[in-house]
Amino acid sequence: MRMDPLVLSRLQFAWVIGWHFLLPAFTVGLASFIAVLEGLHLVTGREIYFRISTFWIKIFAVSFGMGVVSGIVMPFQIGTNWSRFSDAAADVVAPLLAYEGLTAFFLEAAFLGVLLFGRKLVPPWAHFVAALMVAAGTLFSTFWILSTNSWMQTPSGYEIVDGRFVPKDWVQIVFSPSFPYRLAHTVDAVYITTSFVVVGVAASYLRRGRFVEEARTMLSITLWLLTVLVPLQFLLGDAHGLNTLEHQPAKLAAIEAIWDTHSRVELNLFAIPDEAAETNRFDLAIPDLGSLILTHDPNGTVRGLKDWPADQRPSPVIVPFFGFRIMVGIAVVMLGVVAASLWLRWRGELFDARWFLWCCTLASPLGFVAVLAGWATTEVGRQPWTVYGLLRTADSVSPSLTGFDVAVSLAGYCLVYLVMFPAGLVMMTRIIRRGLAEEATEPEPIESGRPALPVRALPSTEARRRP
Amino acid sequence: MSQPVIDLVPAWTLVLGVGVFFYVLLDGFDLGVGILYGFAPDRDSRNLVMNSIAPIWDGNETWLVLGGLALMGAFPLAFAIIIPAVYFPIAIMLLALIFRGVAFEFRYRDAEHRTFWDHAFNYGSAIGAFAQGVVLGAFIQGFQTDGRHFAGGSFDCLTPFTLLTGLALVFGYSLLGAGWLVLKTEGALQDWARALGRRSFAGVLIGIAAVSLWTPLMAPQIAERWFSWPHIVILAPVPIVTALVAYWEWRSLDSRSEAAPFLGAICLFVMSYLGIAISLWPMIVPYKFTLWQAASSPSTQAFLLVGTVFLLPIILMYTGWSYWVFRGKVRGDFGYH
Repeated sequence: MRMDPLVLSRLQFAWVIGWHFLLPAFTVGLASFIAVLEGLHLVTGREIYFRISTFWIKIFAVSFGMGVVSGIVMPFQIGTNWSRFSDAAADVVAPLLAYEGLTAFFLEAAFLGVLLFGRKLVPPWAHFVAALMVAAGTLFSTFWILSTNSWMQTPSGYEIVDGRFVPKDWVQIVFSPSFPYRLAHTVDAVYITTSFVVVGVAASYLRRGRFVEEARTMLSITLWLLTVLVPLQFLLGDAHGLNTLEHQPAKLAAIEAIWDTHSRVELNLFAIPDEAAETNRFDLAIPDLGSLILTHDPNGTVRGLKDWPADQRPSPVIVPFFGFRIMVGIAVVMLGVVAASLWLRWRGELFDARWFLWCCTLASPLGFVAVLAGWATTEVGRQPWTVYGLLRTADSVSPSLTGFDVAVSLAGYCLVYLVMFPAGLVMMTRIIRRGLAEEATEPEPIESGRPALPVRALPSTEARRRP
Repeated sequence: MSQPVIDLVPAWTLVLGVGVFFYVLLDGFDLGVGILYGFAPDRDSRNLVMNSIAPIWDGNETWLVLGGLALMGAFPLAFAIIIPAVYFPIAIMLLALIFRGVAFEFRYRDAEHRTFWDHAFNYGSAIGAFAQGVVLGAFIQGFQTDGRHFAGGSFDCLTPFTLLTGLALVFGYSLLGAGWLVLKTEGALQDWARALGRRSFAGVLIGIAAVSLWTPLMAPQIAERWFSWPHIVILAPVPIVTALVAYWEWRSLDSRSEAAPFLGAICLFVMSYLGIAISLWPMIVPYKFTLWQAASSPSTQAFLLVGTVFLLPIILMYTGWSYWVFRGKVRGDFGYH
């Protein structure tokens, strides 16, 4: 079999961005969580927030470092493997990515050093500002990267001159039609993902009776947060779906595996889409519900995949179809966890019901699965285009690459990522196992070079406030 | 674009030139520290060496992203031709930078594999630096193009010349790293840094000489640029000043001055960078496309320039602040680990 540089380049891009996505999915939320904890500590002076924050900063350090190095890979992928896309679309896309660098990366990088290493070198308020800036940086980054992605999904504000995209209206480019929905949906998703990790860690401490006070605080705060975020995600997801129906109907048809355009569309709960025969096998469907969900009208008409020539349909249909079902299925489970937490809270058993604590621990990685499933849904659903409806993926790949070139580089990326990501996971698990009492077991750190001022040498504000 | 616009290409040339140079200097010294790390005598000194850059390396590496994206935004044709042409050096550099980047945390967290992560940091830094040198060499060497695309093969960038520039940059970064360590350490460790600085300096000197002789022989345009009349007179100060800076750097590595070796190394980089810029001007895809031919639309350049002009000074300010927080000699952990 001849190795196809296009297929391999797509695989390589999926591989490096899929792994990378797991990190911002966690660190964007965690940065905000740390900023809130640092703020609470600064305002209330309660030592418990300091301990929780210090603990999560350690985990943040590992995951953020991995996010940075796997993120640097991304812009270069666009150049090495997708040079024709770069040539055609850079005038529009590159400034958005560059603004991500200018507004987010430098902010994160500069203040991360202070957040991680500067606790004793700067006053407490400055440390809080550093945490705030890191959190702001991660959100700015989310803004620009999703703006870029949204423009590629629903391009607007451009004109085409000599086969290249040239900007016409920057507001329309930055705020393309799908952007507000995608941004809200994704930010909520990553906050939920982080919250479930925090809930899971807190629950496993409670099950073992370790760090009970801190674990209760963590569990309680994040479950309240999830009580808002998870139901909100259903509303945001629905709005995003309506937007997709309007701007990317072929993607929606693939998500629902609808082949023929009709009204009173059924909702396929399960099916095996058969692209050759243009039909579904083994389908299990609820009549009319599809139209009701997709168009908010039981008589609504939804276009089927057969409306588009075969070479303009997302393929394989099975990926958006199941990706979407995995994502929504997980959301339903999450809603169940939130409902159970409210019931237990009302009965005053939130911290004691072992079955619930087990559920929380088991649910902790669910956000990552949902985020990846949603990403696969939207990205495969966008095919066969890089710029939707205008530039084909096949016309975006670098013409100079051979299958051998990409196979070699892909093998390299596979090897390195399969060392780095499991290693990072092991390290984070180790930090979690050691828990919040780690300070006591480690040698007292030495101050940095210059003689520290006595006030700054104190371990925390609490110690200073105590007369 | 219909409306008459100001030519922003000179401004973007400046921004890109300065941005890339900042990357070379900043990540240059911390990659150099990573290269020298492998020669550190014991674990305590390795800890110190690594801690001297732990809080700042991430910001330094960010300039790489900015450089890449500024090239893509301001000169997309150059991005679309050059980056696929250096496919493997870029891939190898990225993988090397991954290993070295995670080593900062992993080395500390994963005590039983510390030796592995020590190597990851050391070799990651060296290989990353070498790959960047190969990219530089390939850039000077020029690219085969067909219309708006790179038309050569992915291994064209591996030639004796690019291997030479790869090695030269490894020595160059080591010299910067040694200068940084002289600044940030004291006592025996500082003497060690000075000794390694002298060896790196010898490598740098050979590298600069070899590249300076090789390029005019390889590219007649470059020979013409430097040796034709009256260029030979106008440009004569460049090699003369470079030689003076080299002499100063050599002296300061031997003196007791703590800042001079780092400053001297920076000046050597300034002169080399200037030399390359003079050789290639006004090409951005050497010998094929000029900066003006590769430029993006005026609207793109204007939109991005407004934000850059506003944000870069702010970035420099808070980056400066974070360096200020960690000023002085590094003695032990910073209190986070």
